[in-house]
Amino acid sequence: MMIQLVSIALGGFCGAIIRYMATSFIQNKFNSQFPIGTLSVNLLGSFLLGALLSLDVSKNIYVLLGIGFLGSFTTFSTFVVEVMQQWLTRNKLIAAIYLAVTYIGGLLCAVLGYML
Amino acid sequence: MTYLYIGIGGMIGALLRFLISQVVVQIWDSPFPLATFIVNIVGAFFLGLLTAISHRLKEKLRLAVGTGAIGSFTTLSALSGETMLLIDHALYISAVFYMVASALGGLLAAFGGYNLGNKRNEGNAVQ
Repeated sequence: MMIQLVSIALGGFCGAIIRYMATSFIQNKFNSQFPIGTLSVNLLGSFLLGALLSLDVSKNIYVLLGIGFLGSFTTFSTFVVEVMQQWLTRNKLIAAIYLAVTYIGGLLCAVLGYML
Repeated sequence: MTYLYIGIGGMIGALLRFLISQVVVQIWDSPFPLATFIVNIVGAFFLGLLTAISHRLKEKLRLAVGTGAIGSFTTLSALSGETMLLIDHALYISAVFYMVASALGGLLAAFGGYNLGNKRNEGNAVQ
């Protein structure tokens, strides 16, 4: 249990920092009102988790990379709050598209990662 | 330094998510991924709340709690991966229910937290 807690802490620490760096970088690059940064990390993280699930790695590696790192690298709360903000401040259609692309894209990316 | 705050927040969020999943596994005996569902809904509520009151918080605190802790507490990769595994096990109704319940529940929770935060803002403004 102790090694798992340390793995989660380490994975969560790195996952959150890299998510912040990646979303800031991508968001600035595209300079868009659309939350492309969060979308990118969520799709990439879903792809990588699919790949990890197919690799049949040991329990400890899965806890470190799957639950700790990728769990923190991707985020549901930011995504949902961004959908809410798009809905309230911009366009309801864009909010719906963002929701659908994250959901369907996330699932497709996971399947793609799993198959590769 | 900002990175350090976010990292520490992320560490706490990930640990809480893991501990909740360990507890849920003890009492929940079904393929439906209840643990991820719970953390995502709870996290959406708190981020909605934080968003409403964020102008009253210091930037560092907002990033540590919002981006770091709540961001890492919730997860989208597990939602995608678990939906895929439900489909893989031919549990189609569970898969659809999981996706729809997470989306609707998450949005309702975020709006709920946001409205609660705004009420608090108004309350403070009156005082």
